[in-house]
Amino acid sequence: MQAIVNGEAMELPEGLTVSTLLEHLGVRAGRVAVERNGEVVRQARHREQKLAPGDRLEIVTFVGGG
Amino acid sequence: MDELVLGGHRFTSRLVVGTGKYKDFPTMQAALQASGAQMVTVAVRRLDLEAQGESSLLHWIPKDMVLLPNTAGCYNAADAVRTCRLARELHLGGENPLVKLEVLSDPKTLLPDVEETIKAAKQLVSEGFRVLPYTNDDPVAAKKLEDAGCAAVMPLGAPIGSGLGLRNPYSLQMILDQTKVPVIVDAGVGTASDCALCMELGVSGLLVNTAISGANDPVAMARAMRLATEAGRLAYLAGRIPRKLYGSASSPLAGVIGAA
Repeated sequence: MQAIVNGEAMELPEGLTVSTLLEHLGVRAGRVAVERNGEVVRQARHREQKLAPGDRLEIVTFVGGG
Repeated sequence: MDELVLGGHRFTSRLVVGTGKYKDFPTMQAALQASGAQMVTVAVRRLDLEAQGESSLLHWIPKDMVLLPNTAGCYNAADAVRTCRLARELHLGGENPLVKLEVLSDPKTLLPDVEETIKAAKQLVSEGFRVLPYTNDDPVAAKKLEDAGCAAVMPLGAPIGSGLGLRNPYSLQMILDQTKVPVIVDAGVGTASDCALCMELGVSGLLVNTAISGANDPVAMARAMRLATEAGRLAYLAGRIPRKLYGSASSPLAGVIGAA
């Protein structure tokens, strides 16, 4: 299925959850936060939150800033 | 003890520093330590999915420093609110984190869009955030942000990264006169004397990034700013003499030899 991850269109396997998306992308468990279609998906719900075609996902972290 | 109480935290340092634009993490870490700061700003950005082997920023920030996530780069209230919600999710510091709210108007001046800032502040306060808003040096805007429930107000001294220092001390004085929450000068500091000047006027704290990270020797500049911030605070508490147009002798006028 197609989804937009961090602004880029991506072809993803069907049936992913937020957890398995992060695994699929090789994101190491750590300090990332995920937003799905404008709403934060809390860490505790990463395993159950399923993705749907056309989802817009943001995966963010802290970087240096002022 | 002279402490800065801010959003449930107590700080003995009144200098808050940024973590942006350092040439490398070891230099940043050394500068953070030299600054004596107890709170540091961080930004929220998309994870680079191609470069995940890179060492994480948080690894280089001393563990006892409070993180202050910012909304830098946001140009409207909605994006700023989303960024704060993501920061809260990233943050292990609890449900009522401090956030530095920054909603910009245009990329050239980086001046704040106060209308959008106030809108975002109201929303974030209603969601339990402790909001520290970057604003311009306008007492009216500062009052509106205070009334919105912000934990502090952070007027600029000059545009972000400009190093122009405190451009409008009289507006800052008005803001200080009317504001009950801490006033922190955010943006514009260029060198140590700017820190001292702001602190002497009675501001509660300073937020500095570029003037440290962009100095030839960031670690030395961090220490200079720490000392200047402390010196300015002490001078403020000590109470300066009034300015007078004419001289006033400091030695006794009586007993000068050769007098008639």
